[in-house]
Amino acid sequence: MSTTKKFAAVAVGLGLATLSACGSSGGGSADPKTVTLVSHDSWAVSKSVLKDFEKQSGYKVRVLKDGDAGQAVNKAILTKDNPQGDVFFGVDNTLLSRALDNGLFQPYEAKGSDLVLPQYRVDQDKHRATPVDSGDICVNYDKAYFSEHKLTPPQSFDDLIKPEYKNLLVTENASTSSPGLGFLLGTAAKYGDGGTSGSNGGGWQDYWKKLKANGVKVVDGWEQAYDEEFSGSAGGKKAKGDRPLVVSYASSPPAEVIYASPKPKTAPTGVATGTCFRQVEYAGLLSNAGNAKGGKALIDFMLTKEFQDDMPLNMFVYPVREAAQVPAEFDQYGPQAKNPETMAPARIAANRDQWVKSWTSLVLK
Amino acid sequence: MLELAGATVRFGARAALDAIGLDVAEHEIVSVLGPSGSGKSTLLRVVAGLQALDAGRVCLDGRDLGGVPAHKRGVGLMFQDHQLFPQRDVGGNVAFGLRMHGAPRGEQASRVRELLELVGLPGAASRPVGELSGGEQQRVALARALAPRPRLLMLDEPLGQLDRSLRERLVVELRQLFGELGTTVLAVTHDQGEAFALADRVVVMRDGRIAQSGTPLEVWQRPADAFVARFLGFDNVVEATVSGEAADTPWGKLPVPQGSRQGAGTLLVRPAGVRLVDRADGLRCTVAARTFRGTHVAVQLQPDGAPRLEAACALRDAPAPGDVVGVAFDAAEIAVLGGPGGA
Amino acid sequence: MAVPVAFFAVFFAYPVAAIVARGLKTDGQWRSGRIADVLTQSDIRHVLWFTTWQALASTALTLLIALPGAYVFARFDFRGKQVLRAVVTVPFVLPTVVVGTAFLALVGRGGLLDELWGVRLDTTVWAILLAHVFFNYAVVVRTVGGLWSQLDPRQEEAARMLGASRFAAWRKVTLPALSPAVAAAALMVFLFTFTSFGVVQILGGPTFSTLEVEIYRQTSQIFDLATAAVLTLIQFAAVGAILAVHAGTVRRRETALRLVAPETTARRPRGAGQWALLGGVLASVAVLLVLPLGVLVQRSLDTPGGHGFAYYRALASDDGGAFLVAPVTAIGTSLEYALAATAIAVVIGGLAAAALTRRDAGRLVRGFDALLMLPLGVSAVTVGFGFLVALDEPPLDLRSSWILVPLAQALVGVPFVVRTMLPVLRAVDGRLREAAAVLGASPWRVWREVDLPMVRRALLIAAGFAFAVSLGEFGATVFIARPDNPTLPVAVARLLGRAGDLNYGQAMALSTILMVVCAVALLLLERVRTDRTGEF
Repeated sequence: MSTTKKFAAVAVGLGLATLSACGSSGGGSADPKTVTLVSHDSWAVSKSVLKDFEKQSGYKVRVLKDGDAGQAVNKAILTKDNPQGDVFFGVDNTLLSRALDNGLFQPYEAKGSDLVLPQYRVDQDKHRATPVDSGDICVNYDKAYFSEHKLTPPQSFDDLIKPEYKNLLVTENASTSSPGLGFLLGTAAKYGDGGTSGSNGGGWQDYWKKLKANGVKVVDGWEQAYDEEFSGSAGGKKAKGDRPLVVSYASSPPAEVIYASPKPKTAPTGVATGTCFRQVEYAGLLSNAGNAKGGKALIDFMLTKEFQDDMPLNMFVYPVREAAQVPAEFDQYGPQAKNPETMAPARIAANRDQWVKSWTSLVLK
Repeated sequence: MLELAGATVRFGARAALDAIGLDVAEHEIVSVLGPSGSGKSTLLRVVAGLQALDAGRVCLDGRDLGGVPAHKRGVGLMFQDHQLFPQRDVGGNVAFGLRMHGAPRGEQASRVRELLELVGLPGAASRPVGELSGGEQQRVALARALAPRPRLLMLDEPLGQLDRSLRERLVVELRQLFGELGTTVLAVTHDQGEAFALADRVVVMRDGRIAQSGTPLEVWQRPADAFVARFLGFDNVVEATVSGEAADTPWGKLPVPQGSRQGAGTLLVRPAGVRLVDRADGLRCTVAARTFRGTHVAVQLQPDGAPRLEAACALRDAPAPGDVVGVAFDAAEIAVLGGPGGA
Repeated sequence: MAVPVAFFAVFFAYPVAAIVARGLKTDGQWRSGRIADVLTQSDIRHVLWFTTWQALASTALTLLIALPGAYVFARFDFRGKQVLRAVVTVPFVLPTVVVGTAFLALVGRGGLLDELWGVRLDTTVWAILLAHVFFNYAVVVRTVGGLWSQLDPRQEEAARMLGASRFAAWRKVTLPALSPAVAAAALMVFLFTFTSFGVVQILGGPTFSTLEVEIYRQTSQIFDLATAAVLTLIQFAAVGAILAVHAGTVRRRETALRLVAPETTARRPRGAGQWALLGGVLASVAVLLVLPLGVLVQRSLDTPGGHGFAYYRALASDDGGAFLVAPVTAIGTSLEYALAATAIAVVIGGLAAAALTRRDAGRLVRGFDALLMLPLGVSAVTVGFGFLVALDEPPLDLRSSWILVPLAQALVGVPFVVRTMLPVLRAVDGRLREAAAVLGASPWRVWREVDLPMVRRALLIAAGFAFAVSLGEFGATVFIARPDNPTLPVAVARLLGRAGDLNYGQAMALSTILMVVCAVALLLLERVRTDRTGEF
């Protein structure tokens, strides 16, 4: 009996000792020579570029990829008192207000901020968020389907509710998917808010009613929409997807080419350029960062030409810095939309949660 | 050597041991005898350290064992159904205690050999225990218990599951063996024959208390009370009033030995003291039944208006059921016990 | 006992409490009014209703399909039985992300049903129900079949000699003996389907949502921690109730039954009826269990250049794509984590089972038996987030330590260890331990010399299950796994999350590897099955 207890006590002691030993290796950047970047799963950078930064700055970069974009933001907010890193990258304009309102970032005006294209600049008085990249959420179409059916692919939001495109579109749940939310915000930017009550109040609610009547399909995530339901992607083809229209990114067609082996001459998919919503991703210096100095250096680095040039082919996004190079494949297979819908962060912040709620009961229930 | 004082164990409201006091001397063999539920197994478990005391104490060689866990008490216990370790062979079972005490390998082997020879199973070390007969298992269990040379060996119904002839033979062997080894033994059993054959001293238990303690002869000749007498298998027990060398009983006036306790008491008439005589003489009885007992015949006799009597008859003298006989009593086979229910 | 209690307090109760408190506490004040607010929302009530009825329907359907299977596995001898028993168990330990994808390929668009008859079941509730059958078939076969195979058929024969018809004999003798096992299996299936996450998320689409899925959405996406906390509490209460009922049936099941060695009760099927039954069971296993797995393998081999191993080769290349490392290293990482998790689960679960077997174990300790099952019923996302929120201060700042993943996985493994070990440990005669103690063995030696040799096989099985479950754990791991050290399921999910043929094919190839590892582990376990295993 007493021996059992002794044994148990020893085991607990040993366990805790082991755990604390492990614990000391992690945590925020206690080591002043390491800077930790917290990001979402899509973060990617060429190794050589990162090496250059490490060599120039003298910091070692540790990256924690923390799920999809929404998840990563929420996790960062939950752990903000004792953050897992120094810099967070990957909060976009649709969720930026959540990050700022919850005090995720501390102010820092990055070197090179003056070189950011004006349309991407935000939070100009406090400088808590630094724009890093942009992308467009647009409807993609399956070229083969439309040529086979001798149909012109849709080009605008208005086209999507036309009878010839009935039962062709698949989109994502606005409450769980970042492109889904972007698409909803795009329609809200285009048609305005019709209010919650009006059966015919117009606005995006009216548009979505028509979209629903025209057979829009909603799935939970981008993977399922793009890789399972969409007939134009590699995964979708294999899964015998039967929706030739999908809400995805303007950079998806180039990705289809770059990731295919052997590489086709032209992209199998195209972009409906009148259905785009501009998404901007930001980085920020985390409140309570252990290595704020290193964090600042890392944010500066994200605005350098070297990083901005390297970024597009790694993350399939567009640079925000003046005169950064857009890869040839992008222009060749999926040029950036000329006039995407945009929305001021303040308006998104004021309406997002309410819109998502009414969208859910309007479209899903 | 072993000393229990005021040892009490309660299971809920019931006392399994009720303030037991018991001494066992060095080299003594003590048998605890009692019906099931009398607390005799609990007694062993208390000494072994498998059951905690609610009150009182247990001392071994003058040292209080309270708080000493079972594995440090240095006593041996042979379980009722042996509890051999099924996944070990005979040798592994016997050597177990030696290994626990850190005996060197060579010593283990020689001691196992020695013990198996002692219990009459030479060369059985590599046999699996599953193949052993009941008697063989019993011998292995004994060898296993003896191997670490316990200061006190306890046996729980050591021969309980064996058949009669084997039991009778083994009990003699055991007594001889313990005598040779000088082992101190505390055994419990519900079989009086086994207890009497094995022990130097018999302790009879009833409801968690000691009803009587003495040499086998003392207990056999003068059971302390009606309970002990009945437990020993005597049925001719009646209330009586003793006056001088005679006692008034439902069976009439019976002779009692000289110096018997006077006044109201309990009377035991051993079957051998019930003699059949001519029907005209003595107490008139009808033969109700008779049972063949090997060396004699037990005859159930029904007197008029009195409790039944049992008589032991020689084989050829036994009357047939329905016969009417007379009964006389022999003072040498009659004992006056303590007061009713008292010790 | 102290070790398991401490483990659960620190790595389960504390993190879950922390995340619930974060949702329900503002400025240090509990806001219990939130509970009523949430419960009056029609969306939430709809979720509660759907969660309950789909779990009931899944349980009924699973029993309907799996009970004949349990009978066939228990009473019939046929070639390949061992392999098949392992095969039906594989789905139970597969990560949901793999199963969801594989299942879509069966009942979804372009799936087999679609090709043959033009039937599609995806985004209908049928897809969810069938996938639940797929997952839980093994629970019924192992729990019920395990006992069935040990019931003495002579008792039924005795009843027939007394004039009972074949059916009456079965109903009066076998069914009562079996019913506690059926009840226990049904409750386990109900528990697993009530808390179903991955299957509903992948196959259900946005319209179907269980409590667990809703908790995930509210926490991870909508960031409404208050609603998530309320839902967590509701699920906690429901799971607690299910476990309490389950504990009752377990106790009834441990009442004495005449059990015999399984080998003596199985025989070759006789007559057309029995062969038809065997055939039917084999066919249902083939369609419901083997086919989705087969589709997975087929897709992993179906490269643009015809069938081949191109995707498998691609796993070894470090292309800087979805990972910082080559996907193939995820296999090594997974195995290391799973081994660590298994070690933790076996130690914690073994100690807990040993403590629960002690004869003087009180009511409190026996209650702990049911508590150990709770991690199976608590949202993985709650646990994952809870870890992040709670384990953030030294000496327990484990958030970026590798041990976090095995700890979370062990949480799911412990219940399996306990449930496998308990019946075996309880079957060890306590007096054997006393015999050893009297011969001078300390409690630790008693355990090593008496218990261990008798439970070694059960321990091996428990470890195997803990290993397989840890290997497949996805919900919590995905939140806490380090990006440079993804486990197999996390790597699969990440590959699926990227566009392109190659990523998709690699995901299928990794899934296939994961499935094979699980299958091999289970096949090895079939060789060491004990006479009295627990219910898994």
